[in-house]
Amino acid sequence: MGASETMTPAAREPTRERAANYLLERHRFGWAEALPWLIAIAAFFVFPDRMTFGSQVLVMVMFALSLDLILGYAGIVTLGHAAFFGVGAYTVGLAAARLQWTEPISGLFAAAIAAGIVGFISGWFLLRYRGLTLLMLTLATAILLQETGNLRSDISGGYDGLPGLTFKPLLGIFDYDLYGHTYYLYALAALAVVFFFVRRVVYSPFGQALTGIRENVRRMHAIGSPVHWRLVTVYTIAAAIAGVAGALFTQTNAYVTLTVFDFDNSAKVMVMLILGGTGRLYGAFVGAAVYMVLEDYFSKLSPTFWQFGIGLVLVLTVLFAPRGLLGLFEKVGEYFTGRKHS
Amino acid sequence: MPHFAIVAVSILFDGLAYAMFLFITSVGLSVTMGLMGFVNLAHGAFAMAGGYLVVTLTRTLGFGFVPSLVIAAIVVGAVSVVFERLLYRRLYKSTDLEQVLLTIGLAFMAIATATYFYGPIPKSVPLPDWLQGDVNLGFRYFPSYRAFLIVLGTALIAVLWYGFERTNIGAKIRAAVDNRRMAESVGINVDRLFTLTFAVGSGLAALGGGLAIQLLGLSPSFAVLYLVLFLIVVAVGGLGSLKGTLLAALVLGIFDTAGKYLFADAGGFFIYAVTVAVLLVKPAGFYGRE
Repeated sequence: MGASETMTPAAREPTRERAANYLLERHRFGWAEALPWLIAIAAFFVFPDRMTFGSQVLVMVMFALSLDLILGYAGIVTLGHAAFFGVGAYTVGLAAARLQWTEPISGLFAAAIAAGIVGFISGWFLLRYRGLTLLMLTLATAILLQETGNLRSDISGGYDGLPGLTFKPLLGIFDYDLYGHTYYLYALAALAVVFFFVRRVVYSPFGQALTGIRENVRRMHAIGSPVHWRLVTVYTIAAAIAGVAGALFTQTNAYVTLTVFDFDNSAKVMVMLILGGTGRLYGAFVGAAVYMVLEDYFSKLSPTFWQFGIGLVLVLTVLFAPRGLLGLFEKVGEYFTGRKHS
Repeated sequence: MPHFAIVAVSILFDGLAYAMFLFITSVGLSVTMGLMGFVNLAHGAFAMAGGYLVVTLTRTLGFGFVPSLVIAAIVVGAVSVVFERLLYRRLYKSTDLEQVLLTIGLAFMAIATATYFYGPIPKSVPLPDWLQGDVNLGFRYFPSYRAFLIVLGTALIAVLWYGFERTNIGAKIRAAVDNRRMAESVGINVDRLFTLTFAVGSGLAALGGGLAIQLLGLSPSFAVLYLVLFLIVVAVGGLGSLKGTLLAALVLGIFDTAGKYLFADAGGFFIYAVTVAVLLVKPAGFYGRE
């Protein structure tokens, strides 16, 4: 920054143009990006009887994507991301069970707003802290919300939850079907909207600033970047998206219990994201899909075996593939083509 | 004696016993985190391993309860060194996130292993006669197991305080927590010091796990369920501070017990509310360095 101040206006223009071009270049779509969407649509035709499970995968992809915004791009390590998922899930659940507000799409917006508000308030207080303190405070936030729900079990239904919720047909036309076809396409559409929004955010100058904060907080402070505001903003956005994912979770399952706030839920989404690869958007897709499919298969065989396996995978990922599965693929690709990805 | 005084003394007594358990189990975590800044989410797994070892030693091999506690602490302390040398040391310079992931992976594996060998149902241990009854404190009877916890905890605090404040090794540890680079440059082998404290800390956690069987129950989920409590004690007390860990264990133990006595429905609310309140005001904990 300092250098550009002393440049002549004529010399500054090309630098600026190059920076703008760089951002645009990153923002351009590649052909490979169509792949996950094609797979998601193909899955609809290949496994028509597994669509309820498919919707769960899409929900977890969205949840992992929201975590990627704060963990992968801004470098905020949280153990309580389930808090926002839970707020979204309960916004829709309580609205349907207590207020008879069962229109699904407006429910998503309500969930985003509610989770966003919780994210803004908690982020405003918590994002000044780092390390173990931040880990503990985020964890405590999720547990406090859970305990509050438990305290007012007359409203929230406590650990029995709110079972048997019903929602109005989508757009007034498409009703809920037994195989979950409608809700799969609905979740896919919602995921697409959220994804293009997130993609836009991370490739914007704001997203660049977040990466800067992740890489070197002190330098970002030094060049005058409003670090705290940037972090609070992205935390709020991520909370709102996690809220939408939670709302979709309630709508596709037609029930919700206080276990959505569990530490397990926060840990699970983090494992998915790490497995896929952080800070690379599609890591959430790969990680959540691989995790959910493996869990579905192995936990039926033996839950104990599954838990041991996921622990082992985590240890191995940290030791040998710190950039996740996608990072591993890239490495293999580099090995064969001899070309380095940027 | 008036009713509220009896309730107050009961809370104090049970809270103290609980606090001693929290202190014994968490103190090692605090010192190792203070030394290396290593976020060890597998600490609860070491405590759980100690608990299950005590179960096997007493039930299958017929050892007494107290000798089993000692053996479990020594065995787990020794085994933890293997983990430290093989896995942990690779990640001392890594980010929080990688440390969190590695150790949570280890915790998951520990839970699965415990479920495989011991099943998901909570275990109990046979206690010697002198730990089973009640002690008479004049106006009320208290379970002698909790009295034993308080006595044992107090004795351990005295030993640890002496080791920390009055011995050469203790001075080295304090120096390394204060300023690791400086300690290294005056010739303290911080690496070896860390291995030693890690072993002692894991051994104490195993002792805590053995003591927890009777106090809280022991099932495979122990490793994660109570880990949160240990981490809270460490964070609230301040990393690497013996005094801080003790104060945090006392405050949290007594608050939690009081909350459960007086407002049964609120459950775990208090301990987290206290944690958030303390950390918002003092982010580094009671005695941590800012």
